[in-house]
Amino acid sequence: MAKDLPLKIEAHDFSFYYGAKQALHSITLGIPERRVTAFIGPSGCGKSTFLRSINRMNDLIDGTKTDGHMVVDGVDVYSKDIDVVTLRRRIGMVFQKSIPFPKSIYENITYGLTLNERPSKSDLDSIVESCLRRSALWDEVKDRLHHSALGLSGGQQQRLCIARAVAINPDILLMDEPCSALDPISTGKVEELITELKDTYTIVLVTHNMQQAARVSDFTGFFLMGSLIEFDRTRSIFTSPSKKETEDYITGRFG
Amino acid sequence: MEWSIRLVASASIIVIFLILLFVMREAATLFVSASTTATESTSSSAPSGDLVPESYDPGAADAPSSSEPEVYNPDAEEPATAEPAGEPGAPGQFIYASKNPKYPEIYNPDTGLLPADIDDVESEAETPDTLARQNVLTKLAGDSWQPVGEVPKFGLAPLLIGTAKTTIIAILIGAPLGILAALYVAFFAKRRVREFVKPAIELLAGFPSVVIGFFCLVTVASFIQDLTGVQYRLNAVVGGIGLSLAVIPIVFSIAEDALSAVPKTLREASLALGSTEWQTAYRVMLPAAAPGVFAAVLLGIGRAFGETMIAIMATGNAPLSSLSPLEPARTVAATIGSEMGEVVWGSEHYGVLFFMGVILFVFSFSLNAVTELYVKKRLIKKFQGQ
Repeated sequence: MAKDLPLKIEAHDFSFYYGAKQALHSITLGIPERRVTAFIGPSGCGKSTFLRSINRMNDLIDGTKTDGHMVVDGVDVYSKDIDVVTLRRRIGMVFQKSIPFPKSIYENITYGLTLNERPSKSDLDSIVESCLRRSALWDEVKDRLHHSALGLSGGQQQRLCIARAVAINPDILLMDEPCSALDPISTGKVEELITELKDTYTIVLVTHNMQQAARVSDFTGFFLMGSLIEFDRTRSIFTSPSKKETEDYITGRFG
Repeated sequence: MEWSIRLVASASIIVIFLILLFVMREAATLFVSASTTATESTSSSAPSGDLVPESYDPGAADAPSSSEPEVYNPDAEEPATAEPAGEPGAPGQFIYASKNPKYPEIYNPDTGLLPADIDDVESEAETPDTLARQNVLTKLAGDSWQPVGEVPKFGLAPLLIGTAKTTIIAILIGAPLGILAALYVAFFAKRRVREFVKPAIELLAGFPSVVIGFFCLVTVASFIQDLTGVQYRLNAVVGGIGLSLAVIPIVFSIAEDALSAVPKTLREASLALGSTEWQTAYRVMLPAAAPGVFAAVLLGIGRAFGETMIAIMATGNAPLSSLSPLEPARTVAATIGSEMGEVVWGSEHYGVLFFMGVILFVFSFSLNAVTELYVKKRLIKKFQGQ
């Protein structure tokens, strides 16, 4: 684990409860800035819960409770005086299922920008173009920007969601299994995109696909039963895991 | 099993269709069988307007007939048409006669001072079919509704104005309140609040409208009068508020269902972009549910103009042609409701009431059709992209 890199997100003894059920057990880890960090592990191991705890999306579920600290940029996001809306503007999120708003492609991208201010039309136009270019979607949709986003293919929709998240210019991009519903070609495009974006953003990626974690991430954490088993550089995890559970998992012996 | 379901379903559709056919048939007597309508109304004691010119036919005056003395005698003539059952010499005839002292003067064939409209009616009297048809149409186009006057007036304008007034007020109040309540319950309320509020408002949908009408008659009317110092206690605003109480639960219930049916992931996606709950509800969830919400408002409109009891009790029920919301109004539905019970079967008045039933049906039908074919598509385009 490289201690020299500046940390963007730190968890200290972070625990999470759905009602009485404890989903995360005292997670402690540091996610370095401008790197891709992947979380792997079997279904229900808590990796998505951890991801959604970073921007407090779990608040939407009734009866949840946290313990310990989740620190983003030196501030505990669960402290009382934090404004969740501002926090979420700094942390973009891409979901497992692509969920474009039932609006036009253009409006999907500008949605986050027009929430609190009214940028000029030309500003919006240029942001829309640059975001769509970054997400490698521009050439495919430039002629139908004002058509419904629901008419795009699954892969295009997911890239649109990434473009939408990038448009508000966050520091951190959380991705919750962004490729699980995509075909290999679309997956390849999204992975290229991730590699490209990591110069600008701190990316946290949850994935079931271990090849994907190996391909795109710099650091990998392995979750099992709500505990973080191992967290290290991706290369060390995949070549010389220090824990037996990790080795069993990545060699496909269970999970 | 399957055939019985099919049978019940088609039976219910057929019943609705038969009801419509019946209403249309009853209304059609106004237009189609004019001669029978005329004789019917003679025999059924309706003080029908077209009888008067027939009696005063100057041709008949030149060639005296057995009925002539009656025609020219104002004392005997008036009760004869207005109340054929009444025996001559009954006190009623003098009242009728004295009420209309002008009639003999105006229609006197000897002097030839016949008003222009009477001339028209006479010429049409030769072709009774066109007579009745034009008569009915000009009557329906009149501007006052006095169906049981000595000269009955069947002008629909006051009723249509009254319906429009109360319906618009009801929707202006009911639709925003219903939609906002639906937004609150669907996205903002805590689960415990939601579990209480939703059934409570939906219970209001099954509230007897006579109770709402009574509440408006007693409480809302006084409140509005205290507030505005308006002259008429019962007016279109009070009626509109009463109707909105009937509209809100319908709009709420359907809009809430539509909003709840929007995938939760959409809400998460919007919140993750740093929007507030309100921005999410207003800019993402409401447009996504737009067709359902629109349908809710339409059903609300349908309820508002079809509602009878609240309209009878709270609007003042006076057929005025005034556009002022603070003056009494009378709706089409309220007119049917309050007059159908007393109308003479088969009379012109009876036909007009059924004709208004057809108007109500055609209006709600075309409202739905226009929405389905045109507005909904545009709405979806506007809110959800092409």
